[in-house]
Amino acid sequence: MGAVWDVLTNEVTYSSAVRFAALLLFAASGEWVAERAGTLNISVEGMLLSGAFASAVSIDLVDSMWLALLIGALAGLLLSTVQANLSHRLPADQFVVGLTINILVLGLVGFLDDGLDPSVAGAGVVSVPLLSDIPLIGPALFAQSWPLYLVYPLVPAMWWLVYRTRWGLEVRAAGEDPNSADVSGIRVNARRRQSIYLVGLTSGLGGAYFVLGAVGSFEDSIIGGRGFIAIAAVIFGGWTLKGSVAGCVLFGAVVSFRLSLPQQGYDALGTELLQALPYIVTIAGMAMFAHRVRPPAALAKPFLRGLK
Amino acid sequence: MTDIVAQPAENSPDEILAATRGRHLVIGEVVGLYVLSIAAALVLAGLLVAVTGGSAADVFNALLDGSVRNPGRWGLTLGAAAPLLLVALGTIVNSRAGLVNIGQEGQLLIGAAFATYVGVRLPGPGPIVVVALCGAGIIGGALWAGIAGGLRYWRGVPEVLSTLLMVIIAAQAVGYGLKNEGLLLSAAGNRANRNQVSEQLASDTRIPRLTWFGNEFPTTVFLAIALAALVAFALARTIPGFRLRMLGQNPRTAQRAGVGATRYGMGSMLISGGFAGLAGATMLAGGDFGNYQLVPGFSTNIGWTGLLVALVARERAVAAIAVAFTFAGLRTGSGFLAATGVERKITDVVQALLVLALLIPPAVLYIRERRRALNAAKERV
Repeated sequence: MGAVWDVLTNEVTYSSAVRFAALLLFAASGEWVAERAGTLNISVEGMLLSGAFASAVSIDLVDSMWLALLIGALAGLLLSTVQANLSHRLPADQFVVGLTINILVLGLVGFLDDGLDPSVAGAGVVSVPLLSDIPLIGPALFAQSWPLYLVYPLVPAMWWLVYRTRWGLEVRAAGEDPNSADVSGIRVNARRRQSIYLVGLTSGLGGAYFVLGAVGSFEDSIIGGRGFIAIAAVIFGGWTLKGSVAGCVLFGAVVSFRLSLPQQGYDALGTELLQALPYIVTIAGMAMFAHRVRPPAALAKPFLRGLK
Repeated sequence: MTDIVAQPAENSPDEILAATRGRHLVIGEVVGLYVLSIAAALVLAGLLVAVTGGSAADVFNALLDGSVRNPGRWGLTLGAAAPLLLVALGTIVNSRAGLVNIGQEGQLLIGAAFATYVGVRLPGPGPIVVVALCGAGIIGGALWAGIAGGLRYWRGVPEVLSTLLMVIIAAQAVGYGLKNEGLLLSAAGNRANRNQVSEQLASDTRIPRLTWFGNEFPTTVFLAIALAALVAFALARTIPGFRLRMLGQNPRTAQRAGVGATRYGMGSMLISGGFAGLAGATMLAGGDFGNYQLVPGFSTNIGWTGLLVALVARERAVAAIAVAFTFAGLRTGSGFLAATGVERKITDVVQALLVLALLIPPAVLYIRERRRALNAAKERV
């Protein structure tokens, strides 16, 4: 137990957990909107990876952190136009499109990063005065590289967008009852496409943050299935933003164990178990909570307007 | 007031001619759309090669040499096509039932691990061991997919995600097994420098290989083709196949007609995983993938590619045979790309682009068909 106490009282544990949770949150906040609109968007993994790759390449060319983050977000947006228009303009299956996009991005990145210098100029650490002096969680939350801080306004912005704007109301209507939404004049598939563009932007930004603000180098396996954990966090959270944030923090912490536990000389769990743990916890978390919550009624159901 | 009842068609020769001309137009449209989108995918891939400083013609020739043209290569391609086809067949079964299983890569790996465990331990005559290890592979794959199916039907976890996450868990589980001699790891004397490898299958417990015209391939090729015919027949002509399709096309109708969603859905997941597991077992005992022994990363994307084969074949088992051979050709052909200086992952890109391109024509045709029906209805009013 002593070892567990050491891990729990160590600042490294918390700051590493926050870094991973932030990655999941970037993706999950947009994914949450898309799922409320009725799309279980599995291409979020590819969007994260494309954002990470685009920013890793562009940071050497443009030499501006802001611009590189923007380019990462735009790379995610570019992919989302494929996903959105194939699955919600043409009636192609959203899972087939998403899966193929993921495979395409993985192949494309593997093809293009041949000979790329993996090291990337990282963003500087910015400590927020006073707040970062709180013991344990202060440095974890407020003494990180600055792109991470973008996630703090992003989450409330998503809440405002979905619950306090007309657009958000229409998005929720599109995800709950597309037929009724349609007859009341809402362009269901347009709202769904727009919410996918949104997840493309946030995931691309998330991937860019992860390369520039957390890891500082690029490889094809940098995302390695964490996009899927972000989707699971939304399901775990019962399609509420609060729950999704909780899911991201929980899963982010478990993901970070792989790095933070061995770092502190705590390796009673084998490497395989540590690597598999986030995925096991994710599945167990969904198994415990998924049947207690109600998904958006039209989740993953395509909307096709009848003849009229 | 306008008469909204449709007028009976007058069968004047002119009208019949007009109708058949319309049909020719539709067929031309179908072919044109497919040709256009495949060409677009290939041009895009060619541009990608050109931009990165390669020559698209060289790549094309190298792929052709490596997959069929050079001596002995089409046998290799057949050997790679067999597991792809098996994976695709399983995928066809579950997607006909309306389920999205995208974890074949993991199911295949677990199948191969189960097959290894049985294959190196079971005493007895060779042919029986081969059958037993294939059976173990089926059980392993079905088990892995069955967990996801069970979570869906009893705990409400979307199978899209659970199958996907279990791919990663499978890889770690096999990695763990390959570190323990009680599980999969070979005895210390039989492995050089402490690699994570399993014991090799004994020479009499391997799947027999044939040599035709200087091309060597395992007999699983015939098994896979026979199973493709069986799946096509079962889905089209048997009662369980009909029920499965009903479940996929309209779950509510299926429920009214007495088709148990849990029973048939679970069944399709188990079959799907079983096919992936069988693919893993035959890869292990067939000889085209490694040296009859299990290593980490043994599945080498066969599961993912098999899934793409099923998507391209649009859920038709017989079409999957041709697609599996094509994708296997891309795989074996990519071995010849090193000479052209183009990164071999270009074949992954080509595969994914082809899948995306082939999604477009049916969707466009569907939309156009609806628009035509809409216009026809408007004219009648």
